Amino acid sequence: MKKVIYLDNAATTKVNEEVLKEMLPYFTEVYSNPSAVYSFAAEGKKAVMEARNQVASVIGAKPEEIYFTGGGSESDNWALKAAAEAYAEKGRHIITTKIEHHAILHTCEYLENKGFEITYLDVDSDGRISLEELEKAIRPDTILVSVMTANNEIGTVEPIAEIGRIAHEKGTLFHTDAVQAYGHIPINVDDMNIDMLSASGHKFNGPKGIGVMYIRKGIKIRSFIHGGAQERGRRAGTSNVPGIVGIGKAAALADKTMNERIKKEVKLRDYLISRIENEIPYAKLNGHRTDRLPNNVNFCFRFIEGESLLILLDQQGICASSGSACTSGSLDPSHVLLAIGLPHEIAHGSLRLTLSDETTKEEIDFVVDELKKIVERLRSMSPLYEDFLKNNAK
Amino acid sequence: MYSEKVIDHFTNPRNVGEIENASGVGTVGNAKCGDIMRIYFDIDENQVIRDVKFKTFGCGAAVATSSMATELVKGKTVNEALEVTNKAVMEALDGLPPVKVHCSLLAEQAIHAALWDYAEKNGIVIEGLEKPVTDIGETVEEEEY
Repeated sequence: MKKVIYLDNAATTKVNEEVLKEMLPYFTEVYSNPSAVYSFAAEGKKAVMEARNQVASVIGAKPEEIYFTGGGSESDNWALKAAAEAYAEKGRHIITTKIEHHAILHTCEYLENKGFEITYLDVDSDGRISLEELEKAIRPDTILVSVMTANNEIGTVEPIAEIGRIAHEKGTLFHTDAVQAYGHIPINVDDMNIDMLSASGHKFNGPKGIGVMYIRKGIKIRSFIHGGAQERGRRAGTSNVPGIVGIGKAAALADKTMNERIKKEVKLRDYLISRIENEIPYAKLNGHRTDRLPNNVNFCFRFIEGESLLILLDQQGICASSGSACTSGSLDPSHVLLAIGLPHEIAHGSLRLTLSDETTKEEIDFVVDELKKIVERLRSMSPLYEDFLKNNAK
Repeated sequence: MYSEKVIDHFTNPRNVGEIENASGVGTVGNAKCGDIMRIYFDIDENQVIRDVKFKTFGCGAAVATSSMATELVKGKTVNEALEVTNKAVMEALDGLPPVKVHCSLLAEQAIHAALWDYAEKNGIVIEGLEKPVTDIGETVEEEEY
């Protein structure tokens, strides 16, 4: 297999070797069910406690406020559905944004069918919501505001602390989908007025299939998965001990290396952005230029389509992603790109490159060099580009 | 996801380009949906397609079906070209994923649109050819970045 340049770290990340090492004994050696009484179970129980501490400490939470789930989507479903159910007597209105992940948006659709009313806040051309609009949208019957910490496609970071403050001033709960942000940028649940938070292990070099739900003490959210008494009775199911140990270790490592990693990734990210902007015409950066995830680069290349771009990049060993219709399985391009105001035909030509702390400048240079050739080649066979050139010649 | 033939026709597309003063040009698709195909024919006095070129904005399947469609009609008479269906294009490519079948329909429509243009320009009627739905949608908006 030829060398792979993996620039799709927003999709998933490589499990850190140290994380894997930490997990392995919990498959074949310490395989006991931590809920059991015998002493053989104690070690697993201890490991789960340790992981809970590790995960909590990254966001300034208490360990008893951390619940392990099956992943980010489960956490998002839980937050919305259970909050809706728990607070339905107070009201049936929920506020979210147009650029949330589908785990939020499709859950909102589900709740709409159950009689809840959802307000989907607009975003500006950088992908940020307006705090004034949020304030205006909150009503006496609003029970929950759910806004993502950072967007998975365009990397824009939302003003979470202010959103939380406004929600609390108006007496409503605040949930944030921090799946892309946890372990990547600093988050503090107290400073940012966060009541509930979703995170996912595999987005920060932990294993897949394990997620986190933070629920502030005192919030009356009920069980989502019914069964045994695991996770203080709020999330039944035998504890996924290796996964929990993995996400704990990954959280601790991500926290320890965060500042250094941010510096390194931002430098490389901005280098990649500037090379593309300087060397590829008719390319537009999507998302906020500075308030964006350290590892996220997202561009639209006019006159070409994203899937074609991905296949040709793949042939050079480059893994990337796109918000084109063809990659979403529908006729519409990404809802995020449409929400920031891009016309359909431009949104079809999007490319997302997400770095890791292992990404090198040499890789970035190779990617830009190949990208230049590929964009030029696809444009040379694009009728849109042909028309554009002819119109310009007139 | 794609057959080897699709990847081959996408990576090394046949007949890419334009024909100046073409006998017929057909553009179909819609930039909004992410696919636009344009086919150029050079047709001789015996109604034989002497040359064919295409340009396509779209996914891998859109490019591959355009490429294959041009290969299938090249050297054929106008009437023979009319018989090249989307099924024929798909079969020649060893199949397409279900979500990409519309790309082959677009290729068939592009051929028909170019034939229609040829017929109109020459004031002739090609039996069995109906006026194609071009559905080009909006043209590209001029925007400054």
